[in-house]
Amino acid sequence: MSVHTLPHPRHGVRTGRSAVMPNGVFGMLIFVVAEVMLFAGFVSAFTIMRRSALVWPPPGQPRLPVEETAFNTAILVASGVAMLLAGRAFRRHAPSASRPLVAAIGLGATFVVLQGREWWMLIGGGLTLTSSALGAFFYLIVGLHGLHVIAALGFLVYAWRRLARGFLPPGVMGAAEVLWLFVVAVWPFLYWRIYL
Amino acid sequence: MATRPVEIREGHDTPGHHEEPSFFVKYLWSTDHKVIAMQYLFTGMFMALVGGFFSYVFRMQLAWPGESVPLWGLVTPAAYNMLITNHGAIMIFWVAMPVLIAAFGNYLIPLMLGCDDMVFPKLNRLSYQIFLLSVVVLFSSFFVTGGGFGGAWTMYPPLSGEAAYNNTPAGQTIFIVAVALEFVAFLLGGINFVTTAMNSRAPGMKLYDIPMVVWMIVIASIMFMASVGPLVAGAVMLIFDQTLNTAFFDPTRGGDPILWQHLFWFFGHPEVYVVLLPAVGIVAEVITVFARKKLFAYKTVLYTAIATGVLSFTVWAHHQFIAGIDPRMANIFTVTTLLISIPIAEMMFVYIATLYGGSITFSTPMLWALSFIATFLVGGVTGIFLGASGSDIYLHDTYFVLAHFHYTFYPIAIIGTFAGFTFWFPKMFGRHLNETLGKIHFWLTIIAFNGIFLPLFVTGVLGDNRRIPNHQVYPELDNPLMNGLREVATVFLVVMLLAQFVFFYNVVVSLVRGKKAEKNPWKSNTLEWTADSPPPHGNWKELPTVYRGPYEYGVPGRSEDYWPQNVPN
Repeated sequence: MSVHTLPHPRHGVRTGRSAVMPNGVFGMLIFVVAEVMLFAGFVSAFTIMRRSALVWPPPGQPRLPVEETAFNTAILVASGVAMLLAGRAFRRHAPSASRPLVAAIGLGATFVVLQGREWWMLIGGGLTLTSSALGAFFYLIVGLHGLHVIAALGFLVYAWRRLARGFLPPGVMGAAEVLWLFVVAVWPFLYWRIYL
Repeated sequence: MATRPVEIREGHDTPGHHEEPSFFVKYLWSTDHKVIAMQYLFTGMFMALVGGFFSYVFRMQLAWPGESVPLWGLVTPAAYNMLITNHGAIMIFWVAMPVLIAAFGNYLIPLMLGCDDMVFPKLNRLSYQIFLLSVVVLFSSFFVTGGGFGGAWTMYPPLSGEAAYNNTPAGQTIFIVAVALEFVAFLLGGINFVTTAMNSRAPGMKLYDIPMVVWMIVIASIMFMASVGPLVAGAVMLIFDQTLNTAFFDPTRGGDPILWQHLFWFFGHPEVYVVLLPAVGIVAEVITVFARKKLFAYKTVLYTAIATGVLSFTVWAHHQFIAGIDPRMANIFTVTTLLISIPIAEMMFVYIATLYGGSITFSTPMLWALSFIATFLVGGVTGIFLGASGSDIYLHDTYFVLAHFHYTFYPIAIIGTFAGFTFWFPKMFGRHLNETLGKIHFWLTIIAFNGIFLPLFVTGVLGDNRRIPNHQVYPELDNPLMNGLREVATVFLVVMLLAQFVFFYNVVVSLVRGKKAEKNPWKSNTLEWTADSPPPHGNWKELPTVYRGPYEYGVPGRSEDYWPQNVPN
């Protein structure tokens, strides 16, 4: 709410019809549509490149750590489940909503750390941005997802801080939920397209 | 953020306490949707002058090659490439988008829906600031080593990916950064538009009571957000190619340059409809008011616009018929491309049906709206030749293509803007424009516009290639007929650009001395005309309630021929 804008005068007194969902949730959903298309653009480009390559995977490149990343994927999915629980507890006004929220943040941060470790190993193994098309797309897409996770974690921490101070609007919590569930849900798809 | 419980800040949000903000806060740091709309509008108009000046320089070069152009000097091939590239990019990304979507969207959506502001006012302010930053970044590219990017606004690699090919090592990257910033600005704006339209309508305003222009801007915003992702993906890959030495699009190192064309046109073709729909919406508002008739088939127009939006995602490869795509794929895209002309033709017929039997006033906005229908039809019909892969193989990359898309984009970006600007001018500034000057400006502009591009259809069919800065080098293109047509086009361009001084004179004089406008000078139904002219901060003292649709003109049994949306009976 800016200094120059009055609080929406009609909010809550409108007759007959009310907003389907809070503004924050609605706005975040539209943003997620754009994000889905962004990832779809990258993944379809990668698929075209992979299909048209004569040899795949490119020779002389380290094998992607499919098993370790499956474990990471499970951690991120668990974090999404924790977020769902946090959202449900928040809507029931349960005082314990911050516990699953902290769990979601912790599991998300673990995912980032483990992925960072994986990058470290792969760069050591010779997979770099310029070593092959696989490397270029791998770091581009996984890196983009990583940035999204980090940014979304920042949003979750912000929501958690406000919850701890006892003042978290439903719009902010809903938006955090939508963003985090998107970041979680897109990952198994990326894992399937890139690692498998 | 309107969901936040009411927080009363000392001395500011308290009703009844109004502090006059400083100039800086009021005009440069404002979160008021009307101020942001004006910022977008005037920035867009300034960019139109820049883009128009660029077109003047390269058209002079095309008509009289090798001669020094007044106000510019000699046009080198590098400068020519820079000029056409930035003319195209500026007119689409920095004129059509900010004016049609951001300026009209910001101005009209809250006023037509009967609320006090956008739902995310700070996001709105940030949107304009990022847009302004993108303008600064684009301008900075003109002054770096090698000059501005010259690889066409479509940025096809490998030309755009390798500094060795385009000779603009810094310009190529700065250009992409500028376009990316512009996208971020519209992403923020679009989130605001859609959320506001869905969540902040006046009490009683059902979905079918929303004025058509608001629907069009909302659909366009959704289309923009659904189509921009793949282009951003491509742009990131292109920047990586340029700066980090990756090889996504470099065929010599295993990359795929056609991939860029798919990613670009997956955005690029919906983008055409992103800017078309708001213009179509503006025309709907203008013709219903000046024909005093209900919009013919409101729901048909709405569903047609949605159908156009969906179909527009399936036509992109018609830009690539000669790029080496599978001929079977070309057949499919020919069919989808010809299909998309059906909803657009339907909209045009609906507008003609709206005009039929109306009591028409030929005011300046109405003239613009009618000329939109006429010129856009020419653009649409010539598109059929290009959508059919057989004829496109011949016409590809000729001036026929150029004339075709100027016959679509000019009605959208220029005629649509003038229709909207002259129509809402009394509301925006509280004064009337001079009608005589407005009509002189209209006729000069519209005649000159046709004078520019009709000859170019002919040179295109004669085989004139788009990308050649100097036709004297090619004997088969250097004949009296084609040279004469080129000169005609250039002379009309100069006439058209000079005619815009009539417009600017009209605006300045009318702002100072124009007739004062009352609340509803056109006797229109929609809600923005129930606010003061110009609307104050917060738009209304008491927000309106809606009782009916926006186009109840000439309803039998009523003393007045209009029935405003907010009047109970």
